[in-house]
Amino acid sequence: MNKLWRGAATPSARLAYLLLLPAALVVFGVVLYPAGRALVISLYDVDSPFPGAYPWVGLRNYTAVLSDPRVWTAAGHTLYFTMTSTAAELVLGCGLALLLAAPLRFRWLFRSIVILPWALPTIVNGAMWRLILNAEYGVLNSVLTRLHLIDSYRSWLGTDPFLALNMVVLADVWKNTSLVAFFLLAGLSTIPRELYEAARVDGAGALLAFRRITLPLLVPTIAIVLVLRTIEAFKVFDIVYAMTGGGPANGTQTITFFTYLQAFSSQRFSVGAALAYLTVFTVLGLAIVYLRLLRQGELRAR
Amino acid sequence: MTPRRGYRIFVQVAAAVASAVILAPFGWLLYASVVAQTDLLERPLRWWPSSLSLGRYAGILSGSEQLFRDALINSVVVATGTVAVSLLIGVLGGYALARLRFPFRRSTLFAFLITYMLPPISLIIPLYLLMSRFGLLDTKAGLVIVYCSLVTPFTLWTMSNFFGTLPVELEEAARVDGCSRLGALFRVILPLSRPGVVATGLFGFLLCWDEFLYALIFTSTSDAKTIPVAIAEFTGRNAVDFGLIAAAGVLAAVPPLLITMFFQRYLLDGLSSGAVKG
Amino acid sequence: MSDLQPFSRRRLLQWSAGVAGAGLLAACDVGGGTSDSGKQGAGQGKITALFMQQAAYSEDDVRKMTAAFQQAHPGITVEPTFVAYDALHDKIVAAAPAGTYDVVLIDVIWPAEFSSKKLITEVSADVPDSWQTGMLGGALSTAKFQDKFYGIPWILDTKYLFSNTDLLARAGVDPATLATWDGVLAAARAIKAKKLVAYPLLWSWKQAEALVCDYTQLVGAFGGTFLSSDGKSIAFNTGGGLAALEFMKKTLDDKLTNPNSLESLEDDVRKTFVSGGAALALNWTYMQASADDASQSKVAGQVAASPTPSGTAGGPGVNGSMALCVTSTSRNQQASWSYISYLTSADVQNAYAKNSLPCWTASYDDPKVVAANPKVVPAAKQELAKLIERPQVKRYNEISQVLQVELQNALLGKKTPKKALDDAAAQATPLLA
Repeated sequence: MNKLWRGAATPSARLAYLLLLPAALVVFGVVLYPAGRALVISLYDVDSPFPGAYPWVGLRNYTAVLSDPRVWTAAGHTLYFTMTSTAAELVLGCGLALLLAAPLRFRWLFRSIVILPWALPTIVNGAMWRLILNAEYGVLNSVLTRLHLIDSYRSWLGTDPFLALNMVVLADVWKNTSLVAFFLLAGLSTIPRELYEAARVDGAGALLAFRRITLPLLVPTIAIVLVLRTIEAFKVFDIVYAMTGGGPANGTQTITFFTYLQAFSSQRFSVGAALAYLTVFTVLGLAIVYLRLLRQGELRAR
Repeated sequence: MTPRRGYRIFVQVAAAVASAVILAPFGWLLYASVVAQTDLLERPLRWWPSSLSLGRYAGILSGSEQLFRDALINSVVVATGTVAVSLLIGVLGGYALARLRFPFRRSTLFAFLITYMLPPISLIIPLYLLMSRFGLLDTKAGLVIVYCSLVTPFTLWTMSNFFGTLPVELEEAARVDGCSRLGALFRVILPLSRPGVVATGLFGFLLCWDEFLYALIFTSTSDAKTIPVAIAEFTGRNAVDFGLIAAAGVLAAVPPLLITMFFQRYLLDGLSSGAVKG
Repeated sequence: MSDLQPFSRRRLLQWSAGVAGAGLLAACDVGGGTSDSGKQGAGQGKITALFMQQAAYSEDDVRKMTAAFQQAHPGITVEPTFVAYDALHDKIVAAAPAGTYDVVLIDVIWPAEFSSKKLITEVSADVPDSWQTGMLGGALSTAKFQDKFYGIPWILDTKYLFSNTDLLARAGVDPATLATWDGVLAAARAIKAKKLVAYPLLWSWKQAEALVCDYTQLVGAFGGTFLSSDGKSIAFNTGGGLAALEFMKKTLDDKLTNPNSLESLEDDVRKTFVSGGAALALNWTYMQASADDASQSKVAGQVAASPTPSGTAGGPGVNGSMALCVTSTSRNQQASWSYISYLTSADVQNAYAKNSLPCWTASYDDPKVVAANPKVVPAAKQELAKLIERPQVKRYNEISQVLQVELQNALLGKKTPKKALDDAAAQATPLLA
């Protein structure tokens, strides 16, 4: 045993394993069995929650999922949702982060206001937007009609599937932009102030300083936010469940919602597991692409 | 100087506009929680309601809805416990990932990230079985353990990134002075990455505060039911009093709000204090 | 570098051992092995029951019933838990392998799914013959699958036609004409002509189970069926099933139905109805009490409930009831059966009739029951005798989802009713196997 330990890697590697051990225990201790079981049952045909003898089907679940047009429609919705909400959150979040860092009076108040959308539980958030956008008596209809921007009350979530999807994006952006802003704010704090002062001495305006200093040095933080928001957007479930239930005409059905319907409502656990792992591979692919792109960008800036 | 003042005014106005946009839906939520149900159904909505009452808040906080008070406490306990544990683990592990060289470093990072990518729905039944076998069903401790598995990959990743952006010279200087690696971590790096730690902790807290699926399936009594579960139970199979849900939502937003107000001053510390020359 | 090599190989071995171990453990679950099978038990002991929050019976009611049961049966203790309706199905499925619950409350659309996956036990042997005549016809079929009983009906519910008597009177409509759908359409036209309400009819046609409920009621009214008589093929895309969808679309095209029905659930229907925004609507029993409550409603005292109208065929209501079942993993099945038969007994149900109407025919002649809910009982007595079921097949949930999307496609005008139902049939047929 001693030989194993001493024959092991450098002291830094040993320290690394020691430091990572609690994390590994907590995460894999909880997740390994369920994740492993999900992977295994995706290769069988399991349609009941009980253990038992199930037929082996190999990769048939995966091919069935990939050839199901409903999966591709849901994937399309998810991709659209992910791209639009992440882009909106990054842009708005950046602006908000700059505001949060700026010299303001009542800065503490502003920061507390900004956290409010995130502090609201998603089920309340979903119900709230559903009521705001209600076609019969929603406040949005009321305000827009009063301001004469629309002629009469209209339906936002009921008749046009694409509009409904955009409304879900709106609700998601309202909730998550503050979070993105806080992360970018923390990222802004790593940029030394001397750089800005040097730029001002050189006569550079605010916009140039932003493009040449802030943005490039913020890239690592943006990378984290991009990857994490993409993962979250792919897993989006609560807001769709609370606002539209997937409708109208499946227009807001995302891939995780579809997985939920298969895995739980229909008790088709194997198909659900196959869907889950396909989602993981897709998101992993996206994450690797982002990191590659942004790593190259980062190298260039330095 | 005029540009300086113009800049300040612009920033002040922008912040006001941003606040208004952010607060608008929330303001409506507050309104919905204090007016009668019939007022919400008016078409078009009146600016001033026929009656205002704090009755819903009273009902939730006092006598009739004991569940909500318990749920509030449960949520605070579970969220705080999870954040404490996963921040500690994440800081230690994040340091290892950022600074130490060891084989399989990248794949370890990705392994953790992959567990974060798995949709919870696919894990829930075997997880329920595990919790049941260990007697962790309907307990706050059980929820803390499950949430830690959700939040830790995130804290690991963000902390390793934040530590990575800090210049190596700082801790090397400390170690030259005789500090151990861990000492350097706690005495030099951590104070400088306070904004990152605070942001991560805040996110972890809110993640636990908002988590719905696991809480719904793993809890069954007020021993462990958290806020989202309690609010979900305000919706009957058919009848829904949105005002009640709105009031519950407002109350549910208060603890995170207070915590943010307290910690927000740490969000912009760090290198601006001039620790690094040139 | 060299001393990294043996370690990394060892590390790899350790990792793969760990993964393989987990895999083996997981594989045991699918390669065979039995679950904890239930036992009859000695009729004593502790049982855990899963109920719904905000059910027709409140939590207080259920606790009182349970306390009375425990008094009558010392030796059995019951621990009731309450969850939101949306969580009920998922909790039952998740808890099944762990055997957490002995008694569960289920929705009328789940017996086929749960019994074929062995989550609930068959109780046909314990059901006395007297129930076949004593219980309302519509109630009996609630927990039946393939002629076997898997539970006891407990909370009975169906959709009635609610009308705003004030608007009817002002339009000069005789409420008796509301017995048929043609009469209802005529009434709607009269109300619209007098410009009393922009869209007199309001439905719950959001993409959810509610849409299928409304559709089912119309299928019954036009004499259609979901499945062929042998249950092996789809029948809703012809005959009454097609007529029902065409009827729905026509009311939209004739501007009698509020187009916002497409995003409404039952509670949205209620909200609009009680604020005077609709004159005629189908809804569950609960809407009567809410509509007569002056603190929430602007039309208190002006609401009448009548049995659902008939079309070319009769007028059966959709069965929206719930049943109590004993789980297959329960170790105290005998005690569980005593508990649920107590809860369903006529005495208990009559005592709490204000919140939920009883399942027993005799109860509807009991003056106390009538007094508890005078406006609905007459309509209930008529409608609950015959209810129409949604298809009781193993994979009903998936069929329902397919149907919901295609019905919405037709109602949104994206497909003709015939095409939508044919597409739905094509997707549903493999699910019948």
